[in-house]
Amino acid sequence: MAIRRKLIAGIASLLSVMLSGVVQATSELNMRPGVTETSIEAYNLHMMVIWVMVGISVVVFGAMFYSFIFHRKSKHPTPATFSHSTMVEAIWTAIPILILIFLTIPAVSLLIKMEDASKPEMSIQVTGSQWKWHYKYLEDDIEFFSNLSTPREQYEDYNSDAKARGENYLLEVDNELIIPINTKVRFLVTADDVIHSWWVPDLAVKKDAIPGFINETWTNVPTPGTYRGQCTELCGKDHGFMPVVVKAVSKADYAKWVADKNAERVAAEKAAAAAAAASWDMDKLMVLGKKTYDEKCASCHKVDGSGIAGAFPALKGSAVATGPIVEHMNIVVNGKQGTSMAAYSKQLTDAEMAAVITYERNAWGNSTGDTVQPADIQAFKAGKQ
Amino acid sequence: MSDHHPTGITRWLYTTNHKDIGSMYLWFSFIMFLVGGAMAMVIRAELYQPGLQFVEPNFFNQMTTMHGLIMVFGAVMPSMVGLANWLIPMMIGAPDMALPRMNNWSFWILPFAFTLLLLSFTMEGGAPNFGWTFYAPLSTTYGPASTDFFILGVHMMGISSIMGAINVIVTVFNMRAPGMTLMKMPLFVWTWLITAFLLIMVMPVLAGTVTMMLTDRHFGTSFFDAAGGGDPVMFQHIFWFFGHPEVYIMILPAFGVVSEIIPAFSRKKLFGYSSMVYATASIALLSFIVWAHHMFTVGMPLAGELFFMIATMLIAVPTGVKVFNWVATMWQGSLTFETPMLFSIAFVILFTIGGFSGVMLAMAPVDFQYHDTYFVVAHFHYVLFPGAIFGTTAAVYYWLPKWTGKMYNEKVGKIHFWLSMIFVNLTFFPMHFSGLAGMPRRIPDYNMMFADFNMWASIGAFGLGLTQIFFLVTIVMAIRGGKKSEEKQWDGATGLEWDALPSPAPYHTFSTPPKVD
Amino acid sequence: MNEQLAAKNKKLITKLLALVGGMCLFVVALVPLYNVFCEITGINGKTRGQALYENVEIDKKRVVTIEFLTNINRGMPWEFGSTMKSIEVHPGELNEVRFYAKNRSKFDIVGQTVPSVSPGEAALYLNKTECFCFDKQRLTAGEEVEMPMKFYIDADIPEDISRLTLSYQLFNVTDAAEAGSVATK
Repeated sequence: MAIRRKLIAGIASLLSVMLSGVVQATSELNMRPGVTETSIEAYNLHMMVIWVMVGISVVVFGAMFYSFIFHRKSKHPTPATFSHSTMVEAIWTAIPILILIFLTIPAVSLLIKMEDASKPEMSIQVTGSQWKWHYKYLEDDIEFFSNLSTPREQYEDYNSDAKARGENYLLEVDNELIIPINTKVRFLVTADDVIHSWWVPDLAVKKDAIPGFINETWTNVPTPGTYRGQCTELCGKDHGFMPVVVKAVSKADYAKWVADKNAERVAAEKAAAAAAAASWDMDKLMVLGKKTYDEKCASCHKVDGSGIAGAFPALKGSAVATGPIVEHMNIVVNGKQGTSMAAYSKQLTDAEMAAVITYERNAWGNSTGDTVQPADIQAFKAGKQ
Repeated sequence: MSDHHPTGITRWLYTTNHKDIGSMYLWFSFIMFLVGGAMAMVIRAELYQPGLQFVEPNFFNQMTTMHGLIMVFGAVMPSMVGLANWLIPMMIGAPDMALPRMNNWSFWILPFAFTLLLLSFTMEGGAPNFGWTFYAPLSTTYGPASTDFFILGVHMMGISSIMGAINVIVTVFNMRAPGMTLMKMPLFVWTWLITAFLLIMVMPVLAGTVTMMLTDRHFGTSFFDAAGGGDPVMFQHIFWFFGHPEVYIMILPAFGVVSEIIPAFSRKKLFGYSSMVYATASIALLSFIVWAHHMFTVGMPLAGELFFMIATMLIAVPTGVKVFNWVATMWQGSLTFETPMLFSIAFVILFTIGGFSGVMLAMAPVDFQYHDTYFVVAHFHYVLFPGAIFGTTAAVYYWLPKWTGKMYNEKVGKIHFWLSMIFVNLTFFPMHFSGLAGMPRRIPDYNMMFADFNMWASIGAFGLGLTQIFFLVTIVMAIRGGKKSEEKQWDGATGLEWDALPSPAPYHTFSTPPKVD
Repeated sequence: MNEQLAAKNKKLITKLLALVGGMCLFVVALVPLYNVFCEITGINGKTRGQALYENVEIDKKRVVTIEFLTNINRGMPWEFGSTMKSIEVHPGELNEVRFYAKNRSKFDIVGQTVPSVSPGEAALYLNKTECFCFDKQRLTAGEEVEMPMKFYIDADIPEDISRLTLSYQLFNVTDAAEAGSVATK
């Protein structure tokens, strides 16, 4: 009997040490509570379920371990002969049902709250593409692409020569989604190729981006900060390389950002017009072309233009890169339907498109000698070519 | 009872004997398990550290896809069919399965189907790379050329499964020995009977899904293409209508195995036999109305989310009943802990942990934070590895003496168990944490905050992989040079196969049906 | 195997094969079932076909806001947009919104717009009497058109829906149209 008591005491203290360890370590091991009302409520529900599960395991596994020790053949040579008990079975059917009801009630109420995107103060259309996000602010008429900005040298480590990685490795973008705090922001999520999914853990917002359909979700962020998430639906090769970064700023800062963005757009339009008016020589085109190609195209078509057979066509020696320029321009400007080749008209300036097409037509032995001017791209887009 | 059997390679090509076919299924599933496991090793090697060291992202996606397809369709499902073939006729006192020639075909389709699937690695564009769940339009409009081979392979596997299921049902309904009423059958036979009905109901749905994919790809239909008036979400509904019952197809036979082994080593009858039957049937029925819990983030209306959340949580009730019944079987029994019992106990504990993460996933508003993260990967690997696979492992250890007349080495078996126990938890428990920390599924590279969890998971995986080789050696050593087993190796075992047959069981058994009281 | 058993087996096998066949029919039926279910409940945000505007009561007490979004799918070199970002209407009132499309390329192209409504349930109450999304649109190289869309919101739209978003995604269906699947306008 003394042994039995010691054993129970030992198990109990071991369990409490483990549990307290879990509680202390929760910050690293656990889901984050996030910053919004719904994310915190989700976290609380998550913790409640965990405690219920811990409680159930203590009872069930406890009974099992008790049997292992006290009902082993050497200690308990004569087995009991019972093999049913309607009352016991009824109890252990009823109790789980009650526990489940207890868990369902807060879950239902939280779900209703999370799915209520009504009466928003602003709306942003979120479009997933292979492999980047596009954001369009519906009230403020601002739109931009948001690409992973971690340099390839940091993630390609095939020769054990990767550069040092920053804290936000694979979770940083060139253009963050800026939203004002304390504002109910509605997101209208869609995609223009395959299914993607837009997720920001700190906001507890996750919604699938489905081509041809629009889904809505919302958030209201009380705390300024930068919140990082990722695409969460397998969408092809670079599914792991299209992060989501949302930066919540004060309403005043947001207004200033909107004004800055509009000014930026005007300036960019002027610069594009100037570039289009100018005439670029082959060298200038090849320099910008290579830079653009390595940043935007090499991920699929490879730095040496060799592509991946069956997935991404080789550009070296390809019919498109050595054939009619109009076809080449069409694919770069408009993309190719049914493939991962995106439409770059919105993502690159006319100068960049002209340069990259020139580069592709002259690099790797393609040597067509062709040059494409920014003005040519402009004319093509206007339907004049 | 006769032991005379044909020899040579034609024995295996033409056999209609349930024991031979059972052995072929089991060996085939083990080979597939190693192939799928090798792919897991590639995945875990790449994920061992942040950065891309070994494979390109497109190939990584092929690894994750094929790992899933091979494990689900090539390892778990055929292993269960192998057990069914060996055990069902012996357990019910039948001389063989009802349709022995169809049985041969059911098996032989599989090597062809999987050769086709694996050859896709050599095709331009590589093997399927869209996840084992092959959502449209990634798999339709954007799928590589090998997708069509994948579709053909799935059709072949489906036909094999349907034929196998028909065989099981007809055998169980029509060929039980006199006196063996349905409620006297061993629980393993019950769980397989119910699994067979699930197979018949949902494999046609899978066939329909992949056929619609084929016509969308090549015959101008637009089932899943919004441009033509179709709906990618419809793909998910139809797929998961198959997919959810599929996961119960993978686990119910393991429930049956454990329900045979635990009573044997507790020297006590299974607690609540009839509840176990009803619970299994309830789980099967409920499995048809919960499919959209895989789709909570797809943009379903609130009413749908509520319905599927509540229905999914309901499944916990009959599952809990089964767990409690196993515990009650052990309670006040007289327990010994040979290798089959160790694997069965681990099954109960670790499957239950997988069940806990399942209840968490069922809660839709919190599922938004878990969906498509490693938390889900942890959940299903817990119910599949220490679940289905430990169940099959326990079965192999338990019935090996009956099948071969040889005993495995108990010390070595226990080492296999402890290695498996340690490495399976080391591999998959950290995945709960990386998922909760925010790591999505199906990515070849990740931010530093996930690094430690991935490192531990990879170390565990390498150990787990090596442990399977250890298992292979254990079994081969037993079959080739093991000690002769007892006629009834386990004193607590019950059932016709133990009480009415010698070990090894002769090639033809129960040519005359036994009398069952 | 004796004849009695063979006969019993045959009966059962026939029933099981019928079950398999039934499930095959079921999966075929799932497609129209899904579409009908979505049409009746509107829950996937797909709008219905052409509606008639007859004897419709106007609820002047309520105002519903409709927003318009346009997306152009990859490989579609058109411009496509709506002339107004949003409109406020009374349920039951017939309104018109004009969209424009321009084929910027040098080829004739056939386009198909696919509408989607959010929240999904609101799709049930959006009735379009005239919409460019009912047919494919063929534009010759450089051609520009204005496309009107006439609609009314059902007066019995639930109280809690006061704003809905109608999004059109434009796809290039030249290949499918040339293959003769559906008539073009």
